[in-house]
Amino acid sequence: MLSLGAIGFVTPLLLAALVALPALWWLLRATPPAPVRRMFPGISLLLGLQDAERMPARTPWWLLALRIAMLAMAILGLSGPLLNPASDVEQGDGALLIVMDGGWASASNWSARRQEARQILQRAGRSGRAVHLVSLADAEPDLAPRAAADWLGVLDDMQPMAWAPDRAGFAEQLDALDDIGASIWITDGLGDDGGLPDALAALGRVEVVMPTQTALALAPARFEDGQLVTHVLRAPNAAPQVVPLQVIGTDAAGVERVLDQVEVTLGADEVRNRVAIDLPLELRNRVTRLVLAAPYRSAGATVLTDDALQRRRIALVSSARSGEGQSLTEPLHYLRTALTPVAEVVEPLLSEVLDAAPDIVMLADVANFSDDERNALQDWVRDGGMLVRFAGPRMAASTVGQMERDPLLPVRLREGGRNLGGAMSWGDPKRLRPFPQGTLFDGLALPEDVDVVSQVMAQPDPDLAERTLVALEDGTPLVTARDEGRGRVILFHVTATPRWSSLPLSGLFLEMLDRIARVAQSGEQGAQALTGAIWTPERVLNGMGDIMDVQRLAGVSGERLADAAPAPDAPPGLYRAGVRGHAYNVTDDATSLQALELPAGIASRGYAVRAEQDLTGPVLAGALILLLVDILATLALGGRLRPAARAGMTGLALMLFMGAQDVKAQSVRDDPGAIYATSETVLAYIRTGDVEVDRISRAGLTGLSTVLTQRTAIEPAPPVAVDIERDELAFYPLLYWPITDAQAPPGPEAVVRINTYLRSGGMILFDTRDTHLAGGSEGPGNAQLRRLAGQLDLPSLERIPADHVMTRAFYLLDDYPGRYVGAPVWAEASLAPVDLDGVPFRNLNDGVSPVIIGGNDWAGAWAMDDQGSFIRPVGRGVSGERQREMAFRFGVNLVMYVMTGNYKSDQVHVPALLERLGQ
Amino acid sequence: MSSSSEALQATARRATGGLPPLLAQAERLAATVVLGDHGRRRAGMGEEFWQYRQAIAGDAASTIDWRRSARSDAAFVRQTEWSAAQTVTLSVDPALSMDYPQQGETKRARAAVLGCALSLLLVRGGERVALAHPALPAGGGRMQVDRIAEMLSISQGRDEYSVPVMPNDHSGLLVVLSDFLAPDEVLVPALDRLATQGQRVVMLQVMDQSEEAFPFDGRTEFRSMSGAISFEAQRARSLRDGYQARLAARRDMLRTRARLSGWSFNVHRVQDPAGTALLWLHRVIEGERR
Repeated sequence: MLSLGAIGFVTPLLLAALVALPALWWLLRATPPAPVRRMFPGISLLLGLQDAERMPARTPWWLLALRIAMLAMAILGLSGPLLNPASDVEQGDGALLIVMDGGWASASNWSARRQEARQILQRAGRSGRAVHLVSLADAEPDLAPRAAADWLGVLDDMQPMAWAPDRAGFAEQLDALDDIGASIWITDGLGDDGGLPDALAALGRVEVVMPTQTALALAPARFEDGQLVTHVLRAPNAAPQVVPLQVIGTDAAGVERVLDQVEVTLGADEVRNRVAIDLPLELRNRVTRLVLAAPYRSAGATVLTDDALQRRRIALVSSARSGEGQSLTEPLHYLRTALTPVAEVVEPLLSEVLDAAPDIVMLADVANFSDDERNALQDWVRDGGMLVRFAGPRMAASTVGQMERDPLLPVRLREGGRNLGGAMSWGDPKRLRPFPQGTLFDGLALPEDVDVVSQVMAQPDPDLAERTLVALEDGTPLVTARDEGRGRVILFHVTATPRWSSLPLSGLFLEMLDRIARVAQSGEQGAQALTGAIWTPERVLNGMGDIMDVQRLAGVSGERLADAAPAPDAPPGLYRAGVRGHAYNVTDDATSLQALELPAGIASRGYAVRAEQDLTGPVLAGALILLLVDILATLALGGRLRPAARAGMTGLALMLFMGAQDVKAQSVRDDPGAIYATSETVLAYIRTGDVEVDRISRAGLTGLSTVLTQRTAIEPAPPVAVDIERDELAFYPLLYWPITDAQAPPGPEAVVRINTYLRSGGMILFDTRDTHLAGGSEGPGNAQLRRLAGQLDLPSLERIPADHVMTRAFYLLDDYPGRYVGAPVWAEASLAPVDLDGVPFRNLNDGVSPVIIGGNDWAGAWAMDDQGSFIRPVGRGVSGERQREMAFRFGVNLVMYVMTGNYKSDQVHVPALLERLGQ
Repeated sequence: MSSSSEALQATARRATGGLPPLLAQAERLAATVVLGDHGRRRAGMGEEFWQYRQAIAGDAASTIDWRRSARSDAAFVRQTEWSAAQTVTLSVDPALSMDYPQQGETKRARAAVLGCALSLLLVRGGERVALAHPALPAGGGRMQVDRIAEMLSISQGRDEYSVPVMPNDHSGLLVVLSDFLAPDEVLVPALDRLATQGQRVVMLQVMDQSEEAFPFDGRTEFRSMSGAISFEAQRARSLRDGYQARLAARRDMLRTRARLSGWSFNVHRVQDPAGTALLWLHRVIEGERR
């Protein structure tokens, strides 16, 4: 096959005949048109006359051009032109190997990739080749060859994985395949090729399908200066784009929702864009993950947050064991009250404090430690812990840190303390000085009513001033701090209770604690924190970036998590070891995305935007039309076209032109679709834009219409496709809406129209078509459904109860199977049943549930082609046929329910009516 | 009699309807002394009374008109007018060029109808009619008309063109129905010959409209009716003016010759009604008589 841009030729050899065109040109030029012969007796008078005007003896140039064009078209037509020709890699000997990357980077455009693979499979199926279909992200890819048609079902179920494809590993396995004739690699365009192209090239022809746009990723999130910071990563040489970044977390009710959304503008060639998000601490603590919203969703564009971002765990320890009923004077009461909203508070014993893995340890008037405790605390602080201590009578009475510097105190203390404003003292209670600039509490509002009556005093060392965070009017420190190793020690020179000062009663106290909690680092950082423990996955990501339940995943060693990227044995997700959590993301801080660079000599192409089209017919028809034009032109030239015929021709041309005008005009006047939809009962489906899904939807509704016509009084006309953004919905009793991941949510006008439609008695059957992927919980389509239907005015739902009208509108049903069975099907929640005439009777609203939601792929089960044979397989053998029959019965019941409402529900009154009639 | 000649007669009778009997002027007496209905304005054999004259010696007694003689002393002889029939020779062009146009009524058919109708009129007026081609001796009565009709309906020459020739028996009048398209070098001498012999001629040029209008265009190969002569025009349209000029010149020539010789000439188109031409012929022949 020869390819010229968008047009290819099946038999390019025929094109050699085009060389003959100049010869034809010469021949045609040399031959004048034959003269008209005419009997004429007046010839005796003509003899000897000279005609001044000579008829052109040669064919006029336009006729020549016409004829050459005609012949050229005929040659082109016979050489089998194809528009958008697919490459001919599918043709040839040997098996065809289709390699899909299938990793997270393939997720954002998964439908397109799958469509591409499906087209390749269909073409390979036409040429009858054996096919290997391999997803590189599969842990154990199925390497056996099969017929192309058999792979279609597998392809439908194929989902992108949450890790990167293992190209190098597969390249090594390629030796086992010896029957490969050619291979096609549908790649995600990112990363190292792993030697795969060369390995494939060694087997035969290779074609690489590159994506139009490579995937984006998010770097792990961190807190810097109280801001949530992440980076949007992408491969070099990309165009500027705007990417929506969503911060997702649980709300107060525990329901996951988008907490914040920012638009990230990526400039050209910007590969690492820093995004900083300001969040209130309340919200910040609830953040579970950051995602790039559709259409960029993928596991790589999802960053889970773990302890490092989540609520600080604060351990409160006091030396005094309080008695009952003294809560207001209990040393920890004020701390506990202040910290509980913003942090997770634990109160272990001092000896066990570090076992709780706290981020902050607060010691209220603890003066003495055992050596073990002291050493452990010192190590912990040096490793980045934050120790906050409060003074108190015990500390004042002890001699701790008076002579030498105590590592667990920021400053040296003077013995005893001092009292101010008491009965035995001279001075008044002291107030606070404004906070020095650049210190921890800079910027907090200084209340007037905080006064201090007692404090422990610091030795006036030279570095006292720089360690002082808060001082009193007289310059004596109230709060001091010192960095110790990577951690920090903070000392409040007063108690955590109002006994020494009114600070714990003020709002300032809350804000100070909040600041401290914010700056505290997460307890453990880096690889060594992971090592030595077995981490069990708690929640894992799928390739699309959705959070899945963990199924049959063993624990993973910390070394594995620390050293290697996600792979089938350790999918990205949240891992937990004891109380510690770890977010194992696709990316780490060092990740940068690299565009895939193919070795020289490997052919690559983009997605086949449009399906291949055979142009033979149109081109040959064009040649034929030119031939007709040529006949007329020749006649006209020879003077044999009589005036009447000429007038007729003109009239015909005029009529054609007017006809075209008329059609155009008519389409403005009447909407034929509306007339069609209102003159018959018509089932409709939402056009999703996915060609295959739309085809199945149409075929499914066609099949259902056929069955309805055969079995019931409803005889629907052939179904129509509805564009949710443009078309009027009011004409259709039932809309079938298959959910695909490529659909955009409806626009505002469409939402209004759909809501009006639902309120005025319409029904939409949502079909997520993913029961087979769900595995007991909800499938991937549900997230899509939520995204699409989120703005719709849907009622509260319930699983269709056993006594719902749906179960007996025409057939008696107890399940609603489609191609898949078992998933719950939801409808509008009905009211509680009323016991009426001894029979439970649901006093349903008179209408019909506006939505039925399920995932059983009903259209797939109904789908029937023009010959009346089924398109998609259902189940196996006889039970499969039975299941299809039940699917049709569900369809019949559904349409009956839509058409007749709760009519059948009224049948419960029949016994009572009969009884009365009998009397 | 063939059916086509019957049809021809029927058409001819329709064309003659309403015309008064035609009496050809008897002018020439010399050669053909045949009793006819035309008085010769002199005493002779005839049925019409001409004059009484005094009997002279030598008159047969039987010729004396006793009734007239009784009214006077002298004897009178009754003389009748010498009446003789005129012979009109019809020359209907037999050439192939008369088989035009190829669709619709041909010039030949029109000429035959006119000739037949004319002979019918003449016979009804007591004249004798002869045919020039094919040669048919003069005669009168219905039988002669039948014969003429039959001859005309089968007559077709083999020549491309033909020219009028002197009739065999010197008839008083030669009526030529032709398209006069023969080449000049043939036609002119023929007409000269007729003129020098003193033949009186009535010429009616029968033509098709397309021969006058020349509505042709494009590259055209013109052919004579037998195909023997051909002429290729590169663009027929450009020949129109030259052709029409030549046609006009031909007609001028005919008209001039007619005026000089005391003949009559007119043009008749196939598309025109035949009655007009017959009326003209009738009037001209009657005028020739006066």
